[in-house]
Amino acid sequence: MTYLGDVAALARKDLLLELRARDTLPAMLLFVLSTLVVFHFVLPGDSSELAATGLLWVAIVFTALLGLSRAFAAEREQGVIDGLVLAPSDRSAIWLGKSLSVLAFLALAELVALPAFALFYAPVDGPMVAGVVLADLGIAAVGTLLAAVAAASRARELLLPLIFLPLAIPIIVGGVGASVTEDPARYVGFLALYDALFAVICWASFEYVVTE
Amino acid sequence: MIRARGLEKRYGDKRVLRGVSFDVRPDGFLVVTGPNGSGKTTLLRLCAGLAVPSAGELDVELERGRIGYLGHEPLVYRELTALENLDLYGRLYRVAERRERIGMLLERFGLWEARHDRADSYSRGMLQRLALCRALLHEPTLLLLDEPYSGLDTEGASLLDRELAERRGQSAFVVATHEPERIVVHASSTLALA
Repeated sequence: MTYLGDVAALARKDLLLELRARDTLPAMLLFVLSTLVVFHFVLPGDSSELAATGLLWVAIVFTALLGLSRAFAAEREQGVIDGLVLAPSDRSAIWLGKSLSVLAFLALAELVALPAFALFYAPVDGPMVAGVVLADLGIAAVGTLLAAVAAASRARELLLPLIFLPLAIPIIVGGVGASVTEDPARYVGFLALYDALFAVICWASFEYVVTE
Repeated sequence: MIRARGLEKRYGDKRVLRGVSFDVRPDGFLVVTGPNGSGKTTLLRLCAGLAVPSAGELDVELERGRIGYLGHEPLVYRELTALENLDLYGRLYRVAERRERIGMLLERFGLWEARHDRADSYSRGMLQRLALCRALLHEPTLLLLDEPYSGLDTEGASLLDRELAERRGQSAFVVATHEPERIVVHASSTLALA
């Protein structure tokens, strides 16, 4: 319970910070919405539903990247990561708390993105929603770890996309597959496996990212 | 409590510390002096476990939850209030009777009236007082203080003097300063870095 209490306190802190500063979520919402609107006008009128679904996933991944680039901003700019690392709590709680807040921001962005997609392009069905939810879990888990890696670097703005996008390729493959194929269960299963595997890896390796 | 032998720290080609040896007993008070860039902050970060030595031996016989660390940054979230910051640290450090302890520290360091103000509205001196509250919150067994008087006004410095005098003997101290005159009265040993 103590571990979960630490995670809850850290996630709550991130949500409170965002509520006060409002520098991540509004940007994510604006970005995902404007991307979908731009694509709506850029795509030819006779474009397939397949192409539109691909663009949704491009929008989701780059919106996530926007959020992830700010994930450790407060800790980095104010040096607070040292304070968190010194606390006796398990350091993986920092990763889990931050992943939960990233997940919450992503979920809110998609609460806007999916209705907008349905409005501009094609209906949203159950497998697509399942794909998005599982993709969010994977993005939050992997992205938070990589955001912590990038935050420790001087070239953080450059580094994060370089290390995150290759690892997000399986998420995109799974997400697009779950959204457009006749057999979405296979891709949903693939995403679930990716999430489970990478969540364990990130959970176990976070300590080494935040300590010298 | 701390035993260092031939401690060395490099960042790339730059050697920040070389051949530093010292001991700190459980009731010891080590004052670390030296000019800017002599490695005082690095030494404290090594003792806190925030950095690892490049060479030499460093034994800190303490769990990290028993260390109180005051660095150059206050290590508080600027968008949160003093109360919210200390409550977060209190939870993470498993402070018993957290609210009472936080209230007592805020009162003692003259921040009670400003407890609901966000840290980004605090002056430099108020932030340093808040940082001291954070470092002392869990009643640490080892206090690592880096330029603790930095930013404090006369009243704040007196509050810190009182705190150090009260805690002397209850905790071990490693205090880095380039103005040792104020705390040398507490010192059981000194270490001059060049």
